Amino acid sequence: MGAISRGFSGRRSATDVKLPPGQYLTTDFPVLSAGPTPRIALDKWEFTIGEGTNVLKRWNWKSFRELPAETITVDIHCVTRWSKLGTVWEGVSLDTLFAGVKTDAEFALVHSYGDYSTNLPLEDLMSTQAWIAFRFDDDDLAPEHGGPARLLVPHLYFWKSAKWVRGITLMHEDHPGFWENFGYHNYGDPWREQRYQGD
Amino acid sequence: MWRVGTVVMLHDETTTARTITLEVPDWPGHLAGQHVDVRLTAADGYSAVRTYSIASATSLEKRVELTVERLPNGEVSPYLTRQVAVGDRLELRGPIGGWFVWRTEQTEPVQLIAGGSGLVPLMAMIRSRAAFGSSAPFRLLYSVREPGAAFYCDELRRRSENDRSLSLTYAYTRATPKDWPRPPGRIDAALVEEAAWPSKIIPTCYVCGPTPFVESAAGFLSACGHAADKIKTERFGPTGGRK
Amino acid sequence: MSAQMNYLDGNAAAGELSKIFAIDVTAAQGQCAHCGTKKRFAEAHLYMQCPGLVARCCVCEHILLRFADVRHRAFLDLRGMSYLCFDTA
Repeated sequence: MGAISRGFSGRRSATDVKLPPGQYLTTDFPVLSAGPTPRIALDKWEFTIGEGTNVLKRWNWKSFRELPAETITVDIHCVTRWSKLGTVWEGVSLDTLFAGVKTDAEFALVHSYGDYSTNLPLEDLMSTQAWIAFRFDDDDLAPEHGGPARLLVPHLYFWKSAKWVRGITLMHEDHPGFWENFGYHNYGDPWREQRYQGD
Repeated sequence: MWRVGTVVMLHDETTTARTITLEVPDWPGHLAGQHVDVRLTAADGYSAVRTYSIASATSLEKRVELTVERLPNGEVSPYLTRQVAVGDRLELRGPIGGWFVWRTEQTEPVQLIAGGSGLVPLMAMIRSRAAFGSSAPFRLLYSVREPGAAFYCDELRRRSENDRSLSLTYAYTRATPKDWPRPPGRIDAALVEEAAWPSKIIPTCYVCGPTPFVESAAGFLSACGHAADKIKTERFGPTGGRK
Repeated sequence: MSAQMNYLDGNAAAGELSKIFAIDVTAAQGQCAHCGTKKRFAEAHLYMQCPGLVARCCVCEHILLRFADVRHRAFLDLRGMSYLCFDTA
């Protein structure tokens, strides 16, 4: 541990707010990115669900926006320690997107425009736990926050909520994504503080 | 890897920026342009690391000066600019960086372009040049929001008045001094053309500041004919880290 | 910083990378494995506002290097560079 710096406490949160271990509360919305912001034209945007080389379902922006969407309010927790409570999004539930999809795959690899990916068990995308979100805080989702659309999986650390989402590949074996094969936890439950492999 | 420095002096450069002088007994010396990482540790072991350029000249002294600008939502800069007191100890890692440096052996003309706090490593170069008695001709183009935001004004004026081969050009982006010939605005190609060494002089150029500033300033230098391998850049921005 | 300029450069990575590189990495010359551009590591576009540190080619934006310090282990990915050349004089 480093030598203590007199009077330094870092970012702290009010103790009456319940946050996952090691997190602090933020009121702004930090932009974290591993690369340049992709600019995706809406007339080129598509979202697919596939298994192996088969495309099971595909939407363009028009057909995606015709799907029933809902407004949800969730807390989000980033592995870099900030938490933002009561964030309001509009998106299409993954339950809606997966309606009619028949698969015995257990794992999902989520791909973004650009070179980002993240993996999670398929069951964590179901049962009202995940959305493809296209509006935040009553406005179109800004590109730096993942617009036109991003995955939103608030029960896991926010690196799993892939920005600029492009599609989901279903798999029978788990396959780690961008950070998961680079020291970060494969699952990422903030309430069990699963930040890194081995946690 | 981490050395401990003791704060021996504090000096406010502006209302938001402070220079911290640290005595570091095992300091190995540094080159102008290098930086340090500063680590702060809270009582419960939580630590934050930030990067700051060294403002002081290359010397044999076991001292390091850092000029820190307070960021509105910063985690570390408010502590360094408001709470740190003489006698406090800070952990440093460094000196770091071997590319964005000016060595006293360099004799060619130098063009410095600074945006805001990007002046700090370039000031280390100006100070090193003076301390060494170098006659390498230096030009500085310093872009800053307004007169009150500029660092080291008195020192820069004194140095340039006493040394014909150090020349300064200020550019103000939001508010200028009274009767200033150029209206407030960002630097542009015309200003760089006018204020900087002509490319045929083949100066070594150092550009430092926020990323958009560096991209545009380096672009203007290229447009004036300066070769890419003669332009060294250092971009400033949030380096928030937890380790 | 506007969203399009959300990067720093290789200079900003030098402190973190000094945990594993014995020689200053900013002056090292590297070649992008994707587009072949040769530049000093100091000139790479650096993304640090994320769980780790990602350096990208300033010409084609492909990843050159990734580094993550995850508590007691450090991960390094150098697949994006054909080589890194250090001056050992």
